Amino acid sequence: MTGTDVGILGAGPAGMAAAIRAHEAGARIIVMDDNPGAGGQIWRGGERTQTSSQARQWLRRFQGIEQFTLANCRVVSAEANPLKLLVETGAGAEEIVARSLILATGAREIFLPFPGWTLPGVMGVGGLQAMAKSGLPIEGKTIVVAGSGPLLLAVAAYLKGHGAEVKLIAEQAPRSALTRFGVKLLRTPGKLAQAASLQLSLLGIPYLQSCWIERAEGDGHLEAVVMRRDGKTWTVACDYAAVAYGLYPNAEMAALLGCRMSGAVVAVDELQRTSIENIYCAGECTGIGGVDLSIVEGEIAGYAATGNLHRARKLSGRRKRAQAFADALNTAFALRAELKQLPRADTFVCRCEDVTFARLQSVRSFRVAKLHTRCGMGPCQGRVCGPAADFLFGWRTESVRPPVFPARLGTLITKQSEEEEITASQ
Amino acid sequence: MPDTVEISVNGRTMRVPAGTSVASAVFAAGLTQFRTSVSGEPRAPLCGMGICFECRVTIDNQPHCRSCQIPVQPGMRISTT
Ligand SMILES: Cc1cc2nc3c(=O)[nH]c(=O)nc-3n(C[C@H](O)[C@H](O)[C@H](O)COP(=O)(O)OP(=O)(O)OC[C@H]3O[C@@H](n4cnc5c(N)ncnc54)[C@H](O)[C@@H]3O)c2cc1C
Ligand code: FES
Repeated sequence: MTGTDVGILGAGPAGMAAAIRAHEAGARIIVMDDNPGAGGQIWRGGERTQTSSQARQWLRRFQGIEQFTLANCRVVSAEANPLKLLVETGAGAEEIVARSLILATGAREIFLPFPGWTLPGVMGVGGLQAMAKSGLPIEGKTIVVAGSGPLLLAVAAYLKGHGAEVKLIAEQAPRSALTRFGVKLLRTPGKLAQAASLQLSLLGIPYLQSCWIERAEGDGHLEAVVMRRDGKTWTVACDYAAVAYGLYPNAEMAALLGCRMSGAVVAVDELQRTSIENIYCAGECTGIGGVDLSIVEGEIAGYAATGNLHRARKLSGRRKRAQAFADALNTAFALRAELKQLPRADTFVCRCEDVTFARLQSVRSFRVAKLHTRCGMGPCQGRVCGPAADFLFGWRTESVRPPVFPARLGTLITKQSEEEEITASQ
Repeated sequence: MPDTVEISVNGRTMRVPAGTSVASAVFAAGLTQFRTSVSGEPRAPLCGMGICFECRVTIDNQPHCRSCQIPVQPGMRISTT
């Protein structure tokens, strides 16, 4: 068992910012992340590979503070009173006891089922980028980028910059919504400059709105996608398709601890406090808002968790501005209802247990689906089919049980034997 | 750290840049199928970030490793289904 003042789950922008601010107060910190290095989803691959100065600066500051980082570890279970985390590492398992906990678990991509989406070669948008950043050869490969959100543009630019041939970008949102969003961008000069440089690097790639992939085709792996726009369909041959419909908060750990939810996100107050004492939440698990919002929320949580309330409150203006941008973004890229028509009767919605759309249509809730079809009961534990079921049927997972990641038996036994020790000594 | 690492994928020896994930190394070996689904479909990575479990392979005789989250190590033996 290891004790600490502040436990931080997640070493993305929010978790890193929280660690830096908590460190200023002299707190002992333990940061835990499943990834091999810090940076989260956006700053993957270490300081040297980053092109943005913001990324290099935060990574350098994070590396510079005194803290104890557990990389490549998964927090599989947690308890609120007292605050305890069960962590699985490569070597074994560890229990961490903390005075306060900052959850900065981020978000994952929303994958909506369509015929052929299980073919090898169909990946997420951030998913394909993450693979490319970790060595997937993409030079000369033909790629279609599709789904929704600003990530499509960032990733298309990245892929093109690394020698891939991006055939087209298909955005489901209508042009009118994006134009309204573009007008809002004008009020945020930093973002406008980013958008302009992005536009330059995207030169030559068609960016089609009100357009999406209707199905993917191939024999054993992806060979082509069928696009739909304005009632017309056409086929585009490609090696990879990068498809995702925005982001969904990773709120499982907060739900397991009993923190109050607000829809699919963790509810927090102006100091990033959850409904449970000494548990804070920051970044995209409290709502999808992009990197600037994640950073400022992380800073507030780091200050608040170490009693620096004055400093925390001083950041409220910055948080408000980042939130306004996030709201505009989420409105512009709202998902259209037609996407609910994409799966056919035999399209798998749950990829772990191969549960078809037709079988899910015959039940009334996620709970019943789990009992009768095993949907959401496989190793991903509903992380992929959950957001899809939320969009397709309006279902939410009602309760989260440990372990939130499939854990080795040994890890769970560690926990049990310690509990027995505690009971025995009482 | 050496620039490249020697590993084997389905018995074939190859060198990949240090820091490459096992998933990317499997693709680099020319394979497209990582595992077989419960109904018999070929599957390969989807999320690239450790949540979907579609990228599972056997590493040094340990089955069900999420290949997207694990960097290659010298001498690693990787096999797909
Ligand atoms: C795949 C992907 C790619 C993206 N790429 C970009 C991009 O290129 N540009 C951009 O502007 N935005 C990108 N985004 C959006 C991005 O999420 C935000 O901009 C930003 O990274 C959010 O920061 P965060 O700290 O809130 O969360 P994240 O960066 O998501 O960090 C959360 C961290 O928590 C860890 N974690 C969660 N649960 C556990 C657990 N139980 N045990 C151990 N560790 C855990 C995760 O491994 C992760 O590192 C991407 C999002 C995704 C999902
Ligand atoms: S690709 Fe999803 S877990 Fe590895």
